[in-house]
Amino acid sequence: MAKATFEVPELSQYIDVPAVMPDTMAHSMPFVAKPEIQNPLGYPGELVDDWQERALEKMGDLLGRYRSLRVYLDSCVKCGSCTDKCHYYLGTKDPKNMPVGRQDLMRKVYRRYFTLAGRFFPKLVGAEDFTKEVLDDWYSYFHQCSQCRRCSVFCPYGIDTAEISMAAREIMDSIGVGQKYCNEIIGKVYKIGNNLGLPGPALADTLEGLEEDVFDDTGVQVRYPLDEEGAEILLVTPSADFFAEPHVDGLIGYGKVFHEAGVTWTLSSHASEAANFGMFIGSYENMRRVAQRIREAAIKLKVKRIVFGECGHAWRVAYSFLNTLAGPWDFLDPRYPVPQHICEFTYDLIQRGQLTFDKSENDDKVLTYHDSCNVARASRMGDTPGGQFDIPRAIIRATCNHFYDMDEDTIRDRTFCCGGGGGLLTDDLMELRVKGAKPRVEALNNVMQEKGVTHMAAICAICKSQFTKVLPYYGMEMDQIVSLHQLVSNAIVLSGQNEDDEEDEADEAA
Amino acid sequence: MSFLTMVYASLYYFAAIVLLVGVTYKVVQYARTPAPLKIPTTPAPTTRSGVVFRMTREVVLFESLFRGNKWTWIFGWIFHFGLLLVTLRHLRYFINPVWLPIELVQPFGIYGGIAMVVGLAGLWARRFFVDRVRYISSPSDHFILGLLIAIGCTGLLMTFVFHTDIVAVKSFFLGLYAFDPPPLPTDPLLLLHLLLVATLMIIFPYSKLLHAPGLFFSPSRNQVDNPREQRHIAPWAKRLEQD
Repeated sequence: MAKATFEVPELSQYIDVPAVMPDTMAHSMPFVAKPEIQNPLGYPGELVDDWQERALEKMGDLLGRYRSLRVYLDSCVKCGSCTDKCHYYLGTKDPKNMPVGRQDLMRKVYRRYFTLAGRFFPKLVGAEDFTKEVLDDWYSYFHQCSQCRRCSVFCPYGIDTAEISMAAREIMDSIGVGQKYCNEIIGKVYKIGNNLGLPGPALADTLEGLEEDVFDDTGVQVRYPLDEEGAEILLVTPSADFFAEPHVDGLIGYGKVFHEAGVTWTLSSHASEAANFGMFIGSYENMRRVAQRIREAAIKLKVKRIVFGECGHAWRVAYSFLNTLAGPWDFLDPRYPVPQHICEFTYDLIQRGQLTFDKSENDDKVLTYHDSCNVARASRMGDTPGGQFDIPRAIIRATCNHFYDMDEDTIRDRTFCCGGGGGLLTDDLMELRVKGAKPRVEALNNVMQEKGVTHMAAICAICKSQFTKVLPYYGMEMDQIVSLHQLVSNAIVLSGQNEDDEEDEADEAA
Repeated sequence: MSFLTMVYASLYYFAAIVLLVGVTYKVVQYARTPAPLKIPTTPAPTTRSGVVFRMTREVVLFESLFRGNKWTWIFGWIFHFGLLLVTLRHLRYFINPVWLPIELVQPFGIYGGIAMVVGLAGLWARRFFVDRVRYISSPSDHFILGLLIAIGCTGLLMTFVFHTDIVAVKSFFLGLYAFDPPPLPTDPLLLLHLLLVATLMIIFPYSKLLHAPGLFFSPSRNQVDNPREQRHIAPWAKRLEQD
């Protein structure tokens, strides 16, 4: 692990709200996208000459297209309810990381150019000209928001800073100031089909390898098919699942669940990515273009159902937006929701008694569960509100003997973001990521001390990557973060699983 | 008609028009602006009636604020509830005959006035003593609190110390309906009180006071959580599909 060039926050027993320390993170800025990254997305390559005029024009356009933006910019009364809710504020003490502080970066420009009070009495209402300094602040601080929506839970008007961050990024993109990480990734999806840029043959190779591994392990021929026409289910999963620990263990788990369910399924090399970074940059058009790939794959492969793998914001886009962006889904089997989450799928089988588990396989772990922000506050699982909290926990309880929740104030809809969401999972924002993880790591540390928790399960590729990277900064192990379906994979007893496995155990026991 | 009465009559016509037209304009603007995506903060109700229930809890109990900050909630709620009682109490100056519920609420209206000032004082104190809230406060935030407290205090002073000819005040306002107001009493306290209230009415559509209509249009609170069941699409997004 690289040594930190910044001070890693100290963990405490309780969330303590720090005193305001202006500008502690003013230096934090992600790399700017070069023209060759900007252009394929339809954005200017670099800051345009008449940027102020064009930014304001774009802002006016967005104000007319997004009710959220208009209402949220008007309604804030500066009550302060959100001020101590953002993990980035708690971790950095920078007041521009208080949700309202961040919103005000845009609100002051909105007031100056779009409201009567701001036009005539700018000082009185805190309105400001859109100067280059303000634009720099935008670039810095709107890339310190992970769009986790925790602030929106506590706002009396439901003001969601994510909506404002998205709009700000869209405005900046439109004048040629894009973020390298997000925009490069979107380009890769257009060109290759997924965020990691893994081409079809590489995927096929990986999946073949998984089949062999699982066979060696269990003696059962579990399939991991790619581009198989006529399969019943199209699985769309984050490309991290093909690539790295602990993600890939989750993918192994999905395959075993499908195997036990007795359904045919396939991945698609065309839609080999569940994530949709179009959301992070607030671009409806790009988000739609990425989502359309799933529709195209579903039609081409003639599937009947679509299931999504473990990914937080991907599930938000899938659950909340997919019908809007790429629907209607009238050509799929109407008996199932479109799309379904892999957790809904697994949970349903558990409910119907179709899966057998040997929970003792996970006895080497004491688990806790991290509610991923976008799953928790921007989506649902199952038929009842809150299913997104209960279903993953029910799966953990069905597959593990030892499970403890973290502090109530830090889970369910009050969960803390991992610190790497919203397009910030890039090494050029490492300081922000480490500091932003503080509230979550604090709660994790407390259950480790009090309950002996050893591992934290999550259902989001970003959360998993982020914790793998930042836990070591806090003196923890990178493999303490696991995939939920990794636990399923460990505990599931496949029908026809070879006996020598059991013999092995008998030998060990003897 | 005396000069003073004329000034106040014009002021109130102006204030009423600004308030009415301004708020209507904003409400129409909010209603006309599409919400292209389903973004309720979840867990969210899955039915329309569930949303009505959620919204009612927000409007009546300030549920989210309660979860967010207990001090702001208690002061904010005391102020708003006080304001409601005071407003109801004041209705008797604008209607004739006075409806029974308004008759009944009269004594509570006075407590409401006190509660309002107490709540506002608490909210204002937070703007000075909590560093985060101090950081986000702009002059207009202080100004609006000062304005409301001044309205409350001048009102209470008239109730308890310097009484005015309230019958004449009522005649003035009823006279405004007929565009023929009788003379307004000239007590300075009353004139100040009325001036401040008119100011509040005028700034309402141009300030953060828009949070009142805004709440009802907040997509994170007013949307039904049913995106998989029902396709939600904005007109401008629909046009993208035709290309």
